[in-house]
Amino acid sequence: MAATLPPPRLLPSGDSAVTVEFSRTIDDAANERVLALDKALAASPIDGITETVPTYRSLLVHYDPGKIGFDALGEKILPIATRPLPPAAKARRWRIPVAYGGEHGIDLEDVAKALNTTPDDIIARHTGGDYRVAMIGFTPGWSYLSGLDKSLHMSRRQSPRLFTPAGTISIGGIQAGIQCLAAPSGWHLLGRTPVRTYQLHRNPTFLTEPGDRVTFFAIDPKTFDELDRAAEAGEIVAEQVVS
Amino acid sequence: MSRLVVASIGPASSVQDGGRHGAQRYGLTVSGAMDRLSLAAANTLVGNDQLAAAVEIGPFGATFTAKDGAVRVAIAGAPRNADVAGKPVAMETSVTLKDGETLTLGFARGGAFTYLAIEGGIKGELVFGSLAVNARAGLGSPYPRPLQAGDEFTVDAASGASELRIELPKPVASPIRVVLGPQDDEFDDANKALFLNSEWKISATSDRMGYRLEGPAIKHLHGHNIVSDGTVIGSIQVPGDGSPIALMMDRGTTGGYPKIATVITADIGRLAQTSVGTAFRFREVTMAEAQDEARKFARLIKDLPDRMRASDTIELNIEALSDANVAGHAVSAMDAGTWQVTAEP
Repeated sequence: MAATLPPPRLLPSGDSAVTVEFSRTIDDAANERVLALDKALAASPIDGITETVPTYRSLLVHYDPGKIGFDALGEKILPIATRPLPPAAKARRWRIPVAYGGEHGIDLEDVAKALNTTPDDIIARHTGGDYRVAMIGFTPGWSYLSGLDKSLHMSRRQSPRLFTPAGTISIGGIQAGIQCLAAPSGWHLLGRTPVRTYQLHRNPTFLTEPGDRVTFFAIDPKTFDELDRAAEAGEIVAEQVVS
Repeated sequence: MSRLVVASIGPASSVQDGGRHGAQRYGLTVSGAMDRLSLAAANTLVGNDQLAAAVEIGPFGATFTAKDGAVRVAIAGAPRNADVAGKPVAMETSVTLKDGETLTLGFARGGAFTYLAIEGGIKGELVFGSLAVNARAGLGSPYPRPLQAGDEFTVDAASGASELRIELPKPVASPIRVVLGPQDDEFDDANKALFLNSEWKISATSDRMGYRLEGPAIKHLHGHNIVSDGTVIGSIQVPGDGSPIALMMDRGTTGGYPKIATVITADIGRLAQTSVGTAFRFREVTMAEAQDEARKFARLIKDLPDRMRASDTIELNIEALSDANVAGHAVSAMDAGTWQVTAEP
């Protein structure tokens, strides 16, 4: 039998949820374990689990304490969570168009200045990245990406903005993001995408899944407007790459 | 079909039900009634599914008028003066509005949210199984936003059933119970004790996303940034300024502040109904006790029909109600526009 992996921590999140924590930091290996556990629980459901929420480093498992208690659930989860990971399945890959700078990315110039380089260089570094959707959270469709070029790591804004527009493409700390709805944010805004990661009456409603791979490519403002109209009409304007 | 017209209504009022489940993994929060027991009581009185959609009425007053026929409704939750055509209506009772009659609800006297259930339910388009308003995501039906004067519901004509009341357990002023975690290890013993042993008040800058707590500043061991992870209803986050925030129904599904403790399911509604400015405390309980209370709470809701009685057997004491603390400060600012501390990421 293959050796088991070190057990995650089971942290109580009230009486109806448990946080299965694999790491305290952002770490692709931990995220892979999160997604593997999520998949395993979807494939062989444990009675009483109502919903799971994968994040960078932990899986939040919601459950009904009327059906299963904290200890009994933990005993069922642990053996699954310590199983050696199955071979990685092929990830879906999305190419996401982004209009960088100007009104679409009001922080691009400042980010370039802070990093002693040019806006074009920032765009090159951002589009050069190979990202992975580590989690989706906060507001519908907000995709948190790992894989940001180290040279783009910079602390968040001192004071968060109360409004950032739908489709914002931004960076914050060591994370990159695709934001779907207008929301407050303390990240640096590099551009906007016409892609809706969440759109109510479209099939699928949610475009991205944790584990998907993402790359960005630059478009001009005119193309943004055209794609934005198409997206509004329900088209998926992200390109899906079959690998 | 009859219509129920919202003749007047204050802020922080919206259609809410048992919530929107199954898409938290995509960042879609649950929403739903702040006080689930009161929602269930109102629905039970008019024969609806217990967690069906009803009108969640914020701390201010509201008036509803029946049109094109009679409408049967029930009210439950934060106590207020209520009358139909000058005739008092008690909380936790049903009442039938004849065509053209108006139900008038005053300010909440303590607490914040009162539920108006309509016989036959509210009609609308379900999204992820729910009509609940989530204003940030533009979801909710028939109005994907807080209610305004002039809004109306198309409803079933009143059945003519005799009116009922429900006797809920007497409200208690005991501490709000919490289970420590998931990130209580981000705080030292002194700060955990400070959290558990201090008196807290709900800040006026609170809303359906979260209740900000006023009291001593809670210090973190290792700073206030953790890698974002999942939140639940009742998560108590401690941001950089040390003022805890209890996350409520419209919370972000993930958050990047350490969570010192979590309010138990059975006490979420009590916390939701704690007025702005009222002092309260927390008390730590074990997981076993919290889960036992969660099961009891589920049973209490399930057994609400057994608590129904004919409503003509009580005498409403309006005088006593009027002596209860006047709503003024209960009302301050349950206003979605005020909530500015949840900037994430």
